[in-house]
Amino acid sequence: MHMADALLAPAVAATMYVASASAAGVSIHQLKKDDEPSKLPVMAVTSALVFAGQMINYTIPGTGSSGHMCGGMMLSALLGPYAGFLSMIVILTIQCLFFADGGLMALGANCWNMAFYGCFVGYFLIWRPIMNSKWFGEGKSAERARIIASSIIGCIVTLQLGAFSVVLETSLSGITELPFGAFVALMQPIHLAIGLVEGLITSAVLVFVHDSRPELLQGVELSEGGEAKRSLKSVVAILAAVAIVVGGGLSLLASSNPDGLEWALFGNADKGYSTNMGLDEENFGVDSTAAEKAESIQEKTSFLPDYAFPGSDSSAGTTVSGIVGSAIVAGVAIIICLIGGFFRRRKLKTE
Amino acid sequence: MDELAARRSPIHRLHPAAKLLTTIAYILITLSFDKYDLSGIVPMVLWPVLMFQISGVEVRTCFYKLRIVLPLVMAVGLFNPFFDRDILFHIGSLGVSGGVVSMITLMLKGVFCLMASFLLMATTKIDSLCAALRKLHVPAILVSLLQLTYRYVGVMTEELAVMTEAYHLRAPGQKGIHISAWGSFLGQLLLRSMDRAQELYSSMLLRGYHDHFHYADIDRFSIKDALYMAGCILFFLVLRYADIAQLVGGLFVR
Repeated sequence: MHMADALLAPAVAATMYVASASAAGVSIHQLKKDDEPSKLPVMAVTSALVFAGQMINYTIPGTGSSGHMCGGMMLSALLGPYAGFLSMIVILTIQCLFFADGGLMALGANCWNMAFYGCFVGYFLIWRPIMNSKWFGEGKSAERARIIASSIIGCIVTLQLGAFSVVLETSLSGITELPFGAFVALMQPIHLAIGLVEGLITSAVLVFVHDSRPELLQGVELSEGGEAKRSLKSVVAILAAVAIVVGGGLSLLASSNPDGLEWALFGNADKGYSTNMGLDEENFGVDSTAAEKAESIQEKTSFLPDYAFPGSDSSAGTTVSGIVGSAIVAGVAIIICLIGGFFRRRKLKTE
Repeated sequence: MDELAARRSPIHRLHPAAKLLTTIAYILITLSFDKYDLSGIVPMVLWPVLMFQISGVEVRTCFYKLRIVLPLVMAVGLFNPFFDRDILFHIGSLGVSGGVVSMITLMLKGVFCLMASFLLMATTKIDSLCAALRKLHVPAILVSLLQLTYRYVGVMTEELAVMTEAYHLRAPGQKGIHISAWGSFLGQLLLRSMDRAQELYSSMLLRGYHDHFHYADIDRFSIKDALYMAGCILFFLVLRYADIAQLVGGLFVR
């Protein structure tokens, strides 16, 4: 879901920077208020762990494929939403700077899509309400079930929001010709599956932490009592089944309604280039006298007369010089490389 | 990456803040090109290529990174030729549609922006970059967190690699981590890491940590840095507003 720079217009990128920076400002303010200096190394080590954990392949049973995790929900459950958000920002920054995953300008948008929803929406609207609720009854095993439920729901919901934002930002930037509806219909079901797997991984890790060191989890009231353990596997299996049914239903709903794509394929094809581009037809027309003159002049003078332009006109002529110019510039770039390489080799030899 | 950043060259010696700001300016101007302005965007390649050569970093080192960034850009761009079929111009008898042009422009934007940020990281150490971020008034907690996390990413990756190898030796013929071990695998490491973080904090306190890190003074922002920045940004603006490719091409094609 990491967006590259190329997918954003500067204005959208700047807006997203402002949005993410405000959220970061609030987070920093809250952390300062809490005044827990020892939290910094915990945040650093945990985000480094989540970063490394993203490289692990988790085999999804019965499918042969594997899933990864993204970490927003897990970080906010372990560190709280504010520290979790800052940790996610740092993870995304390192990914962008050192691993070319997402762009420098798109960082604001990426923080919003992946960190804001995962940490704030995920924590305040899903994790905390569910953990404080009386779902699944009382006791430790019920608590475990609540962890599983909130991680799975949280991951699915936050990833859906994130994917929708990617679509929104790209469409607002005017980058893709893909109509909004079709783009949404493409992105949401894919991220439904990803969210489900991520939710399962997150819940597995959080349940493990809950079993061994429950005080590490945020918003969990410690309950004493050694009642009979409900089998972890059975809870995971039941919830996974529910999630798959719900998820499958939703994706069917999403894909049984592909009118955006149909509209794009069949309804939009005859829309003129000029109306899309805002060009006036006269200057672009093929019948203008200026174009004919240009053609005759071009045929006589150009040193590339073989370019047969059907209905050649002046704008096509400038396009060719653009192409030739671009090729020359590219050539210059290659020559610069060669010269640089030559000097480097000479320097190595003299050393 | 760290090895590249530790080399010496005129670019490496520049003030990190100057490099950071120039890179941001470059990316912004590259992104501001119109989606059909293919001939306008091509000359933007000159700056990164020139800087790569001056800094002694080979251009091809950064192309390996493209495998991560290009797929999503491609996925978005690939649809353009299908939806935007109006012919923009012809090469010979071959019509080139607006979608193809906008797709290529999009990909070039992706590649150029990647080259620029790669260049920044290949010529700047993380410590000096963090110091520069502090100078630019980025909150201390964020910068400290960035630096600490970066330091621990290496440790954690190594540890996880060891654990994965151990797991696979015990579970031969298995592709990834089995579902029964999903929780305990990362969870074990997580618990150990939490303890490690406490030790880390104690050791930081013993070394006199208070509130934020102190950075070795980076060189002051000199005239040279200002000139570099101004020169580069002027160059970008010229490329943005004068269609160099068109002008150069015009010398040969009338």
